[in-house]
Amino acid sequence: MRGLSFILIVITSFFFTGIIFRTKSILSGRKGRGIFQPMKDIWRLFQKGSVYSPTSSFIFKIAPNIYFASVVIAIMLIPFGDQKGVFSFNCDFVFFAYILAVGKFFNIIGALDTGSSFEGMGASREALYSLLAEPAFFILMGSFALLTGYTSFSDIFSSIHFGSYISYAIGGLASFVLVIIAMIENSRMPVDDPETHLELTMVHEVMILDNSGFDLGLIFYASHLKFAMYGAIIVNLLLTPGKEWYYSIPIFIAVQVLFAIVVGTIESFMARFRMSHNPQFIFALTSISLLIFITVLLMTGKIL
Amino acid sequence: MSLCILLISITAIFVLFVSFSKEAWSGTIALIAVLINAGFSSYIAFNAVLGQSYQDIINGGYIFGDIPIRVDALSGWFILMMNFTVLTGILYGRRYMKHYENKSGGIPMHFVGYIINHVSMIGVFCVQNSLAFLYVWELMALSSFILVIFEYKNPKTLKAGINYLIQAHICILFLTVGLIWVSSHTNSYDFNAISQYSASVSPAISSLLFLILFIGFAIKAGFVPFHTWLPYAHPVAPSHVSGVMSGVMIKLGIFGILRMLLLVNQNYLSIGYFILIFSLISGIYGVMLAIVQHDLKKLLAYHSIENIGIIGMGIGLGTIGMGIQNPYLAFAGFAGALLHTLNHSLFKSLLFYGAGTIYQAIHTLNIDSMGGLIKKMPQTAILFLVAAMAISGLPPFNGFVSEFLIYQGFFVGIHLGSITLTTILILSIIALVLIGGMALLCFTKAFGIIFLGQERSQFDHEVREAETSKLLPGYLVVLFILIIGLFPQLFIQFLINPVRLFTGSLDVGLPVLMMTDNLQSISLVAWTFIFVIAVIAVIKQFAGRNHKKITSPTWGCGYEVPNSRMQYTAGSYVRTYRKLIGPLLQMNKKEEDIEGVFSSPINSETHPYDKIEVIFIDLPLKFLNNILARVRIIQTGNVRHYILYGVLFIFIIVIFSLLNDVWVYLDNLLKQI
Repeated sequence: MRGLSFILIVITSFFFTGIIFRTKSILSGRKGRGIFQPMKDIWRLFQKGSVYSPTSSFIFKIAPNIYFASVVIAIMLIPFGDQKGVFSFNCDFVFFAYILAVGKFFNIIGALDTGSSFEGMGASREALYSLLAEPAFFILMGSFALLTGYTSFSDIFSSIHFGSYISYAIGGLASFVLVIIAMIENSRMPVDDPETHLELTMVHEVMILDNSGFDLGLIFYASHLKFAMYGAIIVNLLLTPGKEWYYSIPIFIAVQVLFAIVVGTIESFMARFRMSHNPQFIFALTSISLLIFITVLLMTGKIL
Repeated sequence: MSLCILLISITAIFVLFVSFSKEAWSGTIALIAVLINAGFSSYIAFNAVLGQSYQDIINGGYIFGDIPIRVDALSGWFILMMNFTVLTGILYGRRYMKHYENKSGGIPMHFVGYIINHVSMIGVFCVQNSLAFLYVWELMALSSFILVIFEYKNPKTLKAGINYLIQAHICILFLTVGLIWVSSHTNSYDFNAISQYSASVSPAISSLLFLILFIGFAIKAGFVPFHTWLPYAHPVAPSHVSGVMSGVMIKLGIFGILRMLLLVNQNYLSIGYFILIFSLISGIYGVMLAIVQHDLKKLLAYHSIENIGIIGMGIGLGTIGMGIQNPYLAFAGFAGALLHTLNHSLFKSLLFYGAGTIYQAIHTLNIDSMGGLIKKMPQTAILFLVAAMAISGLPPFNGFVSEFLIYQGFFVGIHLGSITLTTILILSIIALVLIGGMALLCFTKAFGIIFLGQERSQFDHEVREAETSKLLPGYLVVLFILIIGLFPQLFIQFLINPVRLFTGSLDVGLPVLMMTDNLQSISLVAWTFIFVIAVIAVIKQFAGRNHKKITSPTWGCGYEVPNSRMQYTAGSYVRTYRKLIGPLLQMNKKEEDIEGVFSSPINSETHPYDKIEVIFIDLPLKFLNNILARVRIIQTGNVRHYILYGVLFIFIIVIFSLLNDVWVYLDNLLKQI
């Protein structure tokens, strides 16, 4: 079934962020909110009215729609083990990255539309960080293309086999890269602190200062979906092809929960980097992906 | 009467018409001329793209010999692309020039230049006689020079124009050396002689020939480090001219490189690596500098360099594909390059038209003094937004399609060849991704700062939307952008014949099938994307029908009286980026120190400057100036001295010829030794 991964990701998105918060509260010794609280918040936002600034134009109103739509389309490209995604074609991961960029483009100009001195700052950072994070993802996919000889998500994931130790190393590194990319793309620690209360230190949060009501709900939910989406990519690395669904679906859920707990743990024990260190940190990811690439070169016998 | 003669005579008649017509009429007459010329050439070109080449021979007399006119699929593709942009250019330019009527004169001259430029560009694409080619090329360069210096009374314009003229002639110098070299060995000016000659000499000489011609065409195309004329010429030219120059004229260079690839025999693999690496640097360097520009047209000019880089990457990939005899790579590369050539001509001309409209509305091109224009000029804003997204390579617009083709080639090629190929391809992927990301940064900046937010400066005149006839060409271009973006699979059919010229014996049937299939999926996903956006919009409308909508000022984070000067500016938007790539940039800063307790207002200025220009243009010029300064002693400014030089010159000539026997004797002596 082609829509399976889409449905699973949507289901996961309901509790993913809740688990992150729960982990953080447990680790800091608080009782914390229930894992469905973020979804309830979003539902509440959907029912609220909105405030628009007279400075902003129609761009500000359509930006959240397009951002959300871009994430939905991106999710449709994610496969589930050897089940293809809703759409699957050669180099679909290129489309995946570019469609997310469309959403980002509108997010950024939506922020600039308010004419605020703070939101421009967030927009500038967001544009720069995503520019720096993108190569890592492409090198990773390039390495997989080299390893498997295929160029689409589903073909790559259904033919990746982890046989030798060195391939486990690749799996580990790749998961690491994907986790960090997910953290950057979702504006979490250590790059961005969503719970900070100072606008100067925000990245993503400061961009959506002026959004309210339905729009804000869309943006929040898109972020949850994005988390579950990156989780699903990581799951795909670990799913062995040909397994029955009653194995793979629990594996999917388990890995997603684990991913959420890891994110929560990282956030509990790490502080946000200084803004000036962020670009270095993000660009360092590219070198890790290059490490993967060289490893793959070794495995395929191109370097002797 | 042959079609070419017809074309030339039509042009001549219209040139006369325009020269003697009233200013108000000249634009319309030029439009008719362009329409007729474009109609004729497009008909031939369209047939050529579909597989029916056109061939004709004009007798050029004693000097030229026979001038073959050949329109094959490659020429056809370029002619069609060029005609469309030239046409929208004149549609726009006709309205644009209205602002200058009764002010400066020279409008008929401008339109004469435009018509001649159009015809000479058609000529460049189909004339296949080296000497005639050089003439047509020269005509194209001169007529575009006239177009650039329309506002010649402004010294900045004239300086940029002369810079362009000189660099255009350095380009011609290289071409002359390359083409005459061949014809002096083969005694034929026909282009086919080039392939015969290069097949008969050693590979090293053949490569050298290619290199010389490549540099010539690269100057025209604006590859780094030969790009320095672009950022000067584009900003000073009228906007439709910048649109045509950036959209199609620099593509003459691309055309030339492709043509020479067809003619000069060489080792395709190594030449492919060469082109790929060359273009990779151009692409990254172009966009890198584009981001820090604050003059809108200069920013766009640097983006042309970037896009030429992307096209070059496609050509490099295709050439590598030919080198390793892989039809998929070859098709992806050449088809991507050709499609991107078309795409770039569309969105870049649209951006320049937008820039022109903005310039005529607010009389400045400095991004930092714009802002909030979307409310005054909503249609221009939407047109600009579409073009900005297309140039950033975002789906569902056309820029993505051609970049996607090239990406496919890169990813497929990764596991095909040797370690060198794999490494270079992964580097190219990184470069293309970085280019995409930086273009996003640049165009969010451009669109966001120009159109969004509040006005950053007050203008003493009313800012209005342009009239419909001025926006119409823009809408035409957008239509094309959307068709390519939403139905990319249709365009593959038109690309088969041009690409087949390169792949020759390789069978491109399978790659074409795979690409069409793939692009069909892209089209489907793009439509789904639009559908999802529409669904969300409907839901939002439905859910929000009972909700209160309040209008309230932008949240100032607690500050009560924010004003428009507190907004983020273009400079601050890219500041982090600028610091990051600092070592590669040269920023000329002018800062005043704060003096006293109650300081008077101080100014600080930053001007980005091109480091490569310093190395390749400014330093050699300085060196040359130093040498020539010594010779300047003879330039006294005294008329009597100059007469003396004349007399001396004649005297020396006479002596020289009188001593003719002596030279012959010496020559013989030397030979005997």
